[in-house]
Amino acid sequence: MIYLDNCATTKPRKEVVDKMIDVLTNDYGNPSSLHRLGFHAEKKVKEAREIIANFLEVESKEIYFTSGGTESNNIAIQSIAKKYSRKGKHLITTVFEHPSILNVFRHLEQDGFTVTILDVDKNGYIDLDLLSDAIKEDTILVSIIHVNNEIGALQNIKGIKDVINKSVAKPILHVDGIQSFGKVDFSLKALGVDTYSFSGHKVYGPKGIGGLYISKELKLNPIVFGGGQESGLRSGTENVPGIMGLGEAVRILSTNSNSEAQKAYELKIYLANKILNEIKDVKINTSLDNTSSPYILSVTFKNTRGEVLLHYLEEKDIFISTSSACSSNGTNKSHVLKSIGLSNDDIEGTIRICLSYEISKEDIDYTVEQIKYAVKDIRSIIGR
Amino acid sequence: MDRVISVSFGEIALKAGNRKYFEDKLIKQMRKAMSGITYEKIYKEQGKIYIEAAEENFPQIINRLKKVFGLVYISPCIRIEKDFEEIKKASIEAAKEKMESGNITTFKVDTNRGDKNFPMKSPEMSREIGGVILNNFNDLTVDVHKPDFYLYIDIKQYAYIYTVKVKGYGGLPLGTNGKGLLLLSGGIDSPVAGFMMARRGVEINAVHYHSYPFTSERAEEKVKDLALILSRYIGPIKIYSVNIINIQKEINKNCPADEMTILSRRFMMRIAERIAVENNYQALITGESLGQVASQTIHGLNVTNRSVNLPVFRPLIGFDKVDIIKIAKDIETFETSILPYEDCCTVFLPKHPVTKPKVEDIEESEKALNIEELMEDTMKNMKIYTIS
Repeated sequence: MIYLDNCATTKPRKEVVDKMIDVLTNDYGNPSSLHRLGFHAEKKVKEAREIIANFLEVESKEIYFTSGGTESNNIAIQSIAKKYSRKGKHLITTVFEHPSILNVFRHLEQDGFTVTILDVDKNGYIDLDLLSDAIKEDTILVSIIHVNNEIGALQNIKGIKDVINKSVAKPILHVDGIQSFGKVDFSLKALGVDTYSFSGHKVYGPKGIGGLYISKELKLNPIVFGGGQESGLRSGTENVPGIMGLGEAVRILSTNSNSEAQKAYELKIYLANKILNEIKDVKINTSLDNTSSPYILSVTFKNTRGEVLLHYLEEKDIFISTSSACSSNGTNKSHVLKSIGLSNDDIEGTIRICLSYEISKEDIDYTVEQIKYAVKDIRSIIGR
Repeated sequence: MDRVISVSFGEIALKAGNRKYFEDKLIKQMRKAMSGITYEKIYKEQGKIYIEAAEENFPQIINRLKKVFGLVYISPCIRIEKDFEEIKKASIEAAKEKMESGNITTFKVDTNRGDKNFPMKSPEMSREIGGVILNNFNDLTVDVHKPDFYLYIDIKQYAYIYTVKVKGYGGLPLGTNGKGLLLLSGGIDSPVAGFMMARRGVEINAVHYHSYPFTSERAEEKVKDLALILSRYIGPIKIYSVNIINIQKEINKNCPADEMTILSRRFMMRIAERIAVENNYQALITGESLGQVASQTIHGLNVTNRSVNLPVFRPLIGFDKVDIIKIAKDIETFETSILPYEDCCTVFLPKHPVTKPKVEDIEESEKALNIEELMEDTMKNMKIYTIS
């Protein structure tokens, strides 16, 4: 099996699974319990928090555990909007975001906020001059996806922060890091990011766990209330096995992330060139330099259908993803691909390949061979 | 005062000579529908079927029986000895219960004297009991035209009092009209077509066509989900799942593009007929509705029909889409049908399909294909699922 849908989710590392089995078997206490079993669990959660804080080069108290990326994005945006609404009601984001950002903004619009949605250029980057123009004196939040999940574009967070710093309003900067956490090298403190969301299952950890970095300069209020766990920001009994699994995944990334990224980058370039060399009428939608994620490659095979190609490949035990859901009726076309100027026909023929540390050059060779066969067959049928 | 459920059936009552056969089939289906629920017994009495069961099981039993074809009305009843005093007491009790549902001011008593030896005649009984009710409930008045409720009194071996008639689907008991093979797609129409023929007593199994890898495995899963919903009415369903991608590829390669759909349909009918003959089904059933899409014009249907000899039932042929949707919602297949997975018809949909195909032209186009070989190869990989 060749699993190339690692942006959707990843296979947990063996160390992660072992760690979780151990926690589920032995450390099942509630961290809030006063007895020893509870205290043990509390200590484990603390350890995991430290591992993640060290990895991100921030302080432990700036890391909050959540149920995943969607919840982290929701807490950050909703909480910031509510807290600073007296200062202003203007928010900025991009057309390029994940639904867990865009739909929160849509919801806030109904609550009386105004939202500016920035366009991106054909490579998926926002124009810093446009951002500068968009920031008004009542702008309280700029939310940007770090690595776009469909084409892998890596935003210039440093440049964005510079624009924010030069503005009068100095809005808060939230970065959706679901696809960048553990995959690209950066420093939250150096970039001046205020809040940053991440997810466990995109980095070979378990599903149902994620986190939110909140700069200690910022005090956010909860949007869900309860027993006051996670310093009151995110109530609910801690998902101890999930936290431990994520901690283990990040512990491994602490030593491996740069070498794994380097290997992925080389394979991505190899893959892109091989596709370009061996298959006709192809468009690579992801830039091949360091302005995109080393793990993500979006490719359009003209006159094909991504979903059909996906099923051809799954028959060979190769798993990729389309960027758009089934769209025979023209609905559900990817808003991301549309925003970088792809035609409807090209969106139909687009697939996304997301690498992992486990993928080898042989895997890529076999995959391209199968894509080549499938594209030819599909074109012979559809291209009439 | 005992509580029982009464069941009335419509058309079966008309089938003079075969009546017992139909009644027995119906009771068999009722027993199947109630499997897992405890009840004392089922008995027949003068044109109705009665069920003795604990009152707390009534809602569940009624819910299950609603889905049994052949039933017209289901009523929870009070059963008493046919004695006027008893009938009086039971009528007051029934009216009291009815009043609890609120906002009720008018009523009418409707007596049916099955036992002609009972001394009081129907109008007399209605009048008497009407008086009793008026005396006991100050807020109630009689309205003979549009009452808020009817108080029904059936006098037979026992007397039965009831105020509620839960509507069933009518039709004929399942299995009284042979076996049919339904062409089940993932769409709105075909499950409804299957339902309608099943309601006429036809036992239903289904054939499903897909075009993997041009369609998703989820599309087949959706058809299984639809079959599961249908099975609530008609019991376990067998699905013959057939991948026709190779046939479609051959048509695509060798025949005019605008005939793609109609040629595929002919293959689907032929394969269905072969499955039907091998498994003893006496008819094919489709969800076609005249003019709904290009292949469902009168010319298109004619050409499709010519590919098989078995009768093809098209219960929706004269229905508007809105009416089909209404039934789909009622039988709860609609929500599943509208899930967005492609079925095999949409993948190879020509831009301009023929709307007035001629049999001679289509048969000419088919000469480019080895029909027998394609059918055999395709049916070799058929999968069979039983859904229940």
